[in-house]
Amino acid sequence: MLVLSRKKDESIMIGDQIEIKILAVDGEQIKIGIVAPKTVKVHRSEVFEAIQAQNREALSTSSSFLEQLKKK
Amino acid sequence: MKIATKFLGEVEISEQDILTFEQGLLGLENEKKFVILPIDADLPLAILQSVEHTEIGFVVAYPFVFKKDYSFDISEDDREQLQIEKEENVLTYSIVTMKETFQESTINLLAPIIVNMDKKCGKQIVLQDNKSYPLRYPMQTLEGSAK
Repeated sequence: MLVLSRKKDESIMIGDQIEIKILAVDGEQIKIGIVAPKTVKVHRSEVFEAIQAQNREALSTSSSFLEQLKKK
Repeated sequence: MKIATKFLGEVEISEQDILTFEQGLLGLENEKKFVILPIDADLPLAILQSVEHTEIGFVVAYPFVFKKDYSFDISEDDREQLQIEKEENVLTYSIVTMKETFQESTINLLAPIIVNMDKKCGKQIVLQDNKSYPLRYPMQTLEGSAK
């Protein structure tokens, strides 16, 4: 992993189209501004983790669910 | 060919029904071959079944039945990956997390499954707007809108 130190209002460039800027630092919380082309998707990594967990949870549907459905 | 499915027992499918998910599903990156199996014409539900692993089968829903104003743009990258040229044969499914009752069950509007029926490929995409389109959207409207 590349580790860089930045102060408030400083930024880094990823390639020549993505800029990541530190907007504010407040205790444990850091506000980050991201300038990126529309085609680049930016998500909190928790979102991906949550979707992965959801997919696994959805798999736990009982294989007899259709029979239950028909009984109703 | 015959495949063993999680919900429907043994099912006859043809080679042409197999959809390739180049990137698998989120958390299931190695599952690349799926089929969509209808279950009951009266229900806005289907099954997304792995061709290779019986236990990998999802109940999926047609999201527009549950949220009438559901709409999103497919990014250019995803369009390219899914080889989308025209939209007529592009279908959207939402993975269902089935609970004891429909009232408790939810559908995943945040990460829909997009299938290009022409090119026989699919992908689970992640929408940017996770406020309007939650990971757990209640399915409770099913009974009123099933038909």
